[in-house]
Amino acid sequence: MIKVRIPTPLRPLTKGQGEVEIAAGSILDLIENLNAAHPGIKARLCDDSGELRRFVNIYVNEEDIRFLKGKDTSLKAGDEVSIVPAIAGGR
Amino acid sequence: MFIPGDLEAAKVLGNLIYKPNVVEVEGNYDDVNRLCSEIAAEHGWAFVNINVRPYYAEGSKTLAFETVEQLGWRTPDQVVIPMASGSLLTKIWKGLHEMKAVGLINDVRTKINGAQAEGCSPISTAFKAGRDFFKPVKPKTIAKSLAIGNPADGYYALKATAESQGSMDMVTDDEVVESIKLLAQTEGIFAETAGGVTIGVLQKLVKNGTIKKGDVTVAYVTGNGLKTQEAVVDAVGRPFRIQPSLVAFEKTFKVGKNGGGDA
Repeated sequence: MIKVRIPTPLRPLTKGQGEVEIAAGSILDLIENLNAAHPGIKARLCDDSGELRRFVNIYVNEEDIRFLKGKDTSLKAGDEVSIVPAIAGGR
Repeated sequence: MFIPGDLEAAKVLGNLIYKPNVVEVEGNYDDVNRLCSEIAAEHGWAFVNINVRPYYAEGSKTLAFETVEQLGWRTPDQVVIPMASGSLLTKIWKGLHEMKAVGLINDVRTKINGAQAEGCSPISTAFKAGRDFFKPVKPKTIAKSLAIGNPADGYYALKATAESQGSMDMVTDDEVVESIKLLAQTEGIFAETAGGVTIGVLQKLVKNGTIKKGDVTVAYVTGNGLKTQEAVVDAVGRPFRIQPSLVAFEKTFKVGKNGGGDA
């Protein structure tokens, strides 16, 4: 199972849970399975063409997936995934 | 207060003197930002540049207000602004338009130019490639205060710059150091590394004709050089060291009867 940290704005979709466990072999998988368990969440993460939205950052074990293989980044049991909205940083 | 683990010593001390709890995070600004976003969500803490960001971001507009006021209630033709998250540039653009909205100025024709260091230039790189989105990078530059590889306001900074018909560019770390020295030696202002980035890019934009002689231009030098001494410590001279005697002085500077000159 993959531990997924859910940001506050999406918690209404996970019944308030800040952390959920999902089985998945890749980020793409994870988004589909997350959406099956918590309908509506995919539309918040991805645009109509299925691309990740510009202001959604996803990290696997603290690493931004854009430095890995993006949506095709593979996942294994015990990995931790964080979904973090992009609103941070100075100057 | 959460800071990256490799911050310059003077910045850490400059914070510690006020006795906050300073937390050095083993990572860069991007790591700190992500961690703090999670802490904010999990523990209900308010972070000035995250979940209460409007106070931080909107505050930046004062740089636009002060510029217009100090120029005698007119806008500059060109501005050069350092970019980390891209927030400052975005808000200076917004601030200029707000001054027009309230009737303090008639028009905004300022060209907005963004400056980054080559070792961390996701926004400038996107601009030069004609993209409206950036690719995050792993920062590697002496301009640590600008070392945000995943700039949250990058998209807006690109948009503001394009709207204003401005430009963006980047400079090497060596150019940052040379620009810090140039600003000190010609204007008497000792800037930190971000100021070196701004001045370096200003020079580039003048050289390539983007900024023209006669353009009223404002370069935002946003930090004091005493905070980033590490960056220039090997690039400045050494003091002369002499005995407290007239003979030693005259010998060292080759003046007077002990200096071999004709006095």
